[in-house]
Amino acid sequence: MCTTCGCGDTHLVPVELHEKILAGNDRVATHNREHFTAAGVLALNVMGSPGAGKTALLEATARASGGRWRMGAVSGDLATDRDARRLEKAGIPSRAITTGQGCHLDATLVHDALHGFPWEELDLFFIENVGNLVCPAIYDLGQAANVVALSVTEGEDKPLKYPVMFQAADLVLLTKCDLLPHLEVDVEQIRDGLRRVMPHPEVILLSAKTGEGIPAWVAWLEARRAALPRRHGHTHGPGGGHHHHH
Amino acid sequence: MHEYSLVQSLVDRVETLVRERSATAVHRVVVSVGELAGVDPGLFRTAYETFRDGTVCERAALELRTVPASWACPACGRSIPPGEVLACSPCGVPARLAAGGDALLLETVEMEVP
Ligand SMILES: Nc1nc2c(ncn2[C@@H]2O[C@H](COP(=O)(O)OP(=O)(O)OP(=O)(O)O)[C@@H](O)[C@H]2O)c(=O)[nH]1
Ligand SMILES: [Mg+2]
Ligand SMILES: [Zn+2]
Ligand SMILES: [Zn+2]
Ligand SMILES: [Zn+2]
Repeated sequence: MCTTCGCGDTHLVPVELHEKILAGNDRVATHNREHFTAAGVLALNVMGSPGAGKTALLEATARASGGRWRMGAVSGDLATDRDARRLEKAGIPSRAITTGQGCHLDATLVHDALHGFPWEELDLFFIENVGNLVCPAIYDLGQAANVVALSVTEGEDKPLKYPVMFQAADLVLLTKCDLLPHLEVDVEQIRDGLRRVMPHPEVILLSAKTGEGIPAWVAWLEARRAALPRRHGHTHGPGGGHHHHH
Repeated sequence: MHEYSLVQSLVDRVETLVRERSATAVHRVVVSVGELAGVDPGLFRTAYETFRDGTVCERAALELRTVPASWACPACGRSIPPGEVLACSPCGVPARLAAGGDALLLETVEMEVP
């Protein structure tokens, strides 16, 4: 029964929403971002194809950092905790997020992984996403920046074939550059492709194996850390400022 | 296949709306898919057709509107054709993506309310 006109019929109404289908994930991501910002932690979402060299990059970062940062990581994996164990061995306290069928991490998985993990004491928190050049890009995790590893062995056409991933990247690392002498790959062509899918193309060519390019990556990390909003030296309100992790 | 989890979020949202407005039926759901949203419209439709059974969307038609990625110079307004370098060289600034080109949005839900 319609109370407006008393016609007794139901009314067909179009409800205009214009809202993101991932709004739920985005809300949790915002919550994560508030945690990281309040604690002064630089959180990075490290993405790339399976085997692009994400874990090797983090291992190399641990070697190159010379203890200047307290680092931690969570790594998304369909079935194993191999990457988390590799990172632990490299001196990066880590935890695996097993996604099962899920081909990407989402903000809730990351939030849940923070439980009992000493992330608040960190300078750098790496979130190694599931190896996949498609879906991880569309899920905000609360990171400060997206870093995409693209190995030089993957072919020049990857940026143009996977524009969504590269458009979302704040930094692209062209990994495994020690292999270039053995390959017929044109790095200039990869860079050109990136300029056609990224409005702010920032690219570092590096090798986790030889350490070439790692100083530029370390400098990028330094700059991002310096650009973090200053950590609050005080707490506000009863019970302290940022809520303790629940 | 993240299209399934996206459809799940969509159906959950529609279910909440139906409850809030005490709707008796949902007729149509309109979703816009940006070219750079990372969503395949065909897969999204397949996921929807599979997932909606037994939900409030069971009889609701899905209308998908695709939104092309269109880039332009934020300074001079010149549009940057697809495939070109995403910068305006005369102005020396990066191109900007028009709204919707990278978004997956629930636009409209048409439902029957008392
Ligand atoms: N030559 C060379 N090989 C590398 C380099 N970085 C990684 N690799 C090799 O590439 C393979 C994959 O490296 P990972 O670090 O496991 O790659 P990943 O991206 O973490 O892989 P997933 O997490 O499984 O997606 C391993 O065999 C590494 O030894 C590099 O800089 N140079
Ligand atoms: Mg790995
Ligand atoms: Zn996915
Ligand atoms: Zn929390
Ligand atoms: Zn211009």
